[in-house]
Amino acid sequence: MAKVLMKGNEAIGEAAIRAGCLNYFAYPITPQSEVAEYLAKRMPEVNGVFLQGESEVAVGYMIFGAAACGERVMTTSSSPGVSLMSEAISYIAGARCPAVFVNIVRGGPGLGGILPSQGDYFQATKGGGHGDYHLLVMAPDGVQEAVEMTMMAFPLAEKYRGPVMILGDGLIGQMMEPVEFPDNLYVPPSNKDDWATNGMDKRGSTKKNIVKSLYLDPKVLNQNNLTLKAQYDQMKREEIRFEAYNTDGDYQALIVSYGTMSRVCKTAIDNMKAQGLEIGMIRPKTLFPFPEKAIHDAASKESCKRVVSIEMSMGQMIEDVERSLKGKREVTWFGQCGGDIYTPEEVAEHIISLLKN
Amino acid sequence: MQKEVMFAGFGGQGILLSAKLLAYAAMKQGSQVMWIPSYGPEMRGGTAYCTVVVSDRLIGSPIIKNPAHLVAMNRPSLEKFAPVVKKDGVVLINSSLIPVRSGRDDIQELIVPANEAAVTLGSVKCANIIAVSAFAAKSKMVDIEILRKCVQEEFSSKPKLIPINMQAFDEGLKIAAAS
Repeated sequence: MAKVLMKGNEAIGEAAIRAGCLNYFAYPITPQSEVAEYLAKRMPEVNGVFLQGESEVAVGYMIFGAAACGERVMTTSSSPGVSLMSEAISYIAGARCPAVFVNIVRGGPGLGGILPSQGDYFQATKGGGHGDYHLLVMAPDGVQEAVEMTMMAFPLAEKYRGPVMILGDGLIGQMMEPVEFPDNLYVPPSNKDDWATNGMDKRGSTKKNIVKSLYLDPKVLNQNNLTLKAQYDQMKREEIRFEAYNTDGDYQALIVSYGTMSRVCKTAIDNMKAQGLEIGMIRPKTLFPFPEKAIHDAASKESCKRVVSIEMSMGQMIEDVERSLKGKREVTWFGQCGGDIYTPEEVAEHIISLLKN
Repeated sequence: MQKEVMFAGFGGQGILLSAKLLAYAAMKQGSQVMWIPSYGPEMRGGTAYCTVVVSDRLIGSPIIKNPAHLVAMNRPSLEKFAPVVKKDGVVLINSSLIPVRSGRDDIQELIVPANEAAVTLGSVKCANIIAVSAFAAKSKMVDIEILRKCVQEEFSSKPKLIPINMQAFDEGLKIAAAS
């Protein structure tokens, strides 16, 4: 298929349809409202459901309902909206239902602002809702990857029977890039007859399926938590994705950066290379599970004197980088919030000044 | 080789569309391309701007503080962005609405009375098409014939508007050639 020029938000909507998702519930919020606008038009064309909920709280439970019935389902929102959905996300994780959540992050806390940010790293990777659960979190660095990750998210949610999150930012949602929708990323929905409330008649069974997250018997609840833990451990073995950039030869410093920020860092690395300064980068594509070993190994290289976590947040991912390094190297933070994003020149200036000290 | 152009003006002047047409043309000629709009509070009743990046290799940073070129459709845009344009860049000035100049002697000014020319053709709404064709001709950022096709396709659902926009496109080329 030829490439088309699309906004990130619209491309995410189209990718969901190409992935076989026919249920989309949402509530508008800048900077991701174009997903809803796009799917309001597109879903009826493919006999799918577009429904605007009365609030993000309601949308979260609409997602739970459709997911419990075994349907492929997605919502998109931005930071404050995701906070409102977090209760339902915890229930969905506890009840072990597959669903896809997209967060096109804006500045926070509170209403914050509408410009790009990575301030929801903790919320996405460490919970957000209550209880012992994780989301599988993927962070695209542009429109093409947003498409691919959205398409991959549905089968991954089914593989692990849990919520998957795409963590973008306002820039990825708003910008246009040429994209294609790879047919080979479509995976037919898995058979959910052994757990989903998809109708006894339909599945020709006399066994009732019950989807719930309430387990008053401590032993049973513990078993549910152990099942979840086993899933997360399996994710850590099978789903870690990252990109290593300019790490083949020697480098004096290692950048860890993701999403939009990593694109800026790549340009900074190219510019420094042109001046004879080699800097490497590990770009986590999955934020949970986190590419701990890749970062540890890259930072362990003899030539590498500094490790920097560069974020559009006030030092969130740095905690995972620090954990990955296991004391092998020190890591420092560089970043800003509010919507202004460092330029490649500012990143290079910072790295160069670090190496002088 | 990477080139960037910033389109800037009032909301409603067709800034985002001009930039999108240029981005389409760049994509169709096989270049890498990125279209980055401003969507912040400034677009609610103030200056709208949009950057298009065209490159022969994968594009890195979407954060462009110093574009190669500028298309300024109103005075605040020229005053705000002319100082950040890279040396030797093209700065298109919509002289119908901008009585001043960039004040720089290290860039190429392209003076285009876009609104007046559009009114003469029959509709002020095609001022953005005059600007984008004049800019493309002067900067050579994209192939003119590919851009012409993109403009045609853009109006394919409203065929009544194709002739006037084609006239506008030619008018832009004429102004650029005469400059």
